[in-house]
Amino acid sequence: MYTTELDKSRPVDLQTGEPKDLVDAFEARVAADEFIEPKDWMPEAYRKTLIRQISQHAHSEIIGMYPEGNWITRAPSLQRKAILLAKVQDEGGHGLYLYCAAETLGASRDEMVDALHSGKAKYSTIFNYPTLTWADIGAIGWLVDGAAIMNQVPLQRTSYGPYARAMVRVCKEESFHQRQGYSIMLALAEGTDAQRRMAQDALNRWWWPSLMMFGPPDDASPNTERSMRWRIKRETNDELRQKFVDATVPQAELLGLSIPDPDLTWNETRGAYDFGDIDWSEFYAVVKGEGMCAKERITARKKAWDDGAWVREAADAYEAKKQARNVA
Amino acid sequence: MSKDWPLWEVFIRAKGGLDHKHAGSVHAPDGEMAVNHARDVYTRRMEGVSIWVVKSTDIVSSDPDAAGQMFEPAKDKIYRHPTFYELPDEVKHM
Repeated sequence: MYTTELDKSRPVDLQTGEPKDLVDAFEARVAADEFIEPKDWMPEAYRKTLIRQISQHAHSEIIGMYPEGNWITRAPSLQRKAILLAKVQDEGGHGLYLYCAAETLGASRDEMVDALHSGKAKYSTIFNYPTLTWADIGAIGWLVDGAAIMNQVPLQRTSYGPYARAMVRVCKEESFHQRQGYSIMLALAEGTDAQRRMAQDALNRWWWPSLMMFGPPDDASPNTERSMRWRIKRETNDELRQKFVDATVPQAELLGLSIPDPDLTWNETRGAYDFGDIDWSEFYAVVKGEGMCAKERITARKKAWDDGAWVREAADAYEAKKQARNVA
Repeated sequence: MSKDWPLWEVFIRAKGGLDHKHAGSVHAPDGEMAVNHARDVYTRRMEGVSIWVVKSTDIVSSDPDAAGQMFEPAKDKIYRHPTFYELPDEVKHM
């Protein structure tokens, strides 16, 4: 659901002493938009940057199930419930596609899961905000998944083959997520005054966190240049954010809702919307784990993992028993 | 030592008459469960009518560094393609 590298504090250093002919050949291949596959030679920094980015992306998909999972039992109709269940299941699937892509780079699933549960690994800040009303489920699909699509569409052409292929699959499914969210917003917007207020309140709370999903501004993203050269990233954070604003404002107008930004104006010369400053101190606080629901999310995740331990153990025992029978 | 279950590569036949095609991979303790996981992870939207799983460690692959000597010899054998042959105009269809 989310891809921008969150942890900017430790850029991966370029390794010295890598054979120059291999480095040059690698650079030439990515510059020519060729795909790099798991067994191809790649610089260590490329491998490490990708493992970090893909695993953070996977963790975000997994944690992304929690804010929405909250509402499965409280969906307003059986159809909405079935849809939300399918959407949350997709997020779990996306996490699995991405973990597999990271594993092709030599990361183990076990280590990645441990890193998430111990709080060492980052995931998208957006999931540390609470889902207070049913309208939040609409706003998440429309805005959060909408922002994710903006991020993920260019990643279908990212230079690492397994990541690009996972993104193709994810993007196909993500479009349903955004539309079901918008459909919830539409129903509320056409509803009673109280329902319209609920929709507006959800937009007010999710708008700025959604803009933050694209990551820090370009001048505060030290890794952007190298990631662009290596085609790990195809467009900068600010470019994608602008695209998102331009696409979303007319959709809000259609709902009859207003974007909570007094500085938002159409800029005729740029052919794009100007928008207000983002409160980055909030973003960095949430990245550091000070988000409202940070503890709750990880606690719920660990509980699900621990509660499922007996199933994993039973599956192992069953396999061991079958093996023993085959030997005998 | 990783506590991970073995990794299985998943191949899916989209519909009758087509080949099984690589879709991705799953972890599972045994083949039967790998098929079940593959069903949940890769066929939520009728993407398939048949699933194969193969332990990743059982796959033998060609060496990317040897790709040149493996595949380049085919490059100059263009006479293997029908377009290599020019037909007289009178032969309308062959």
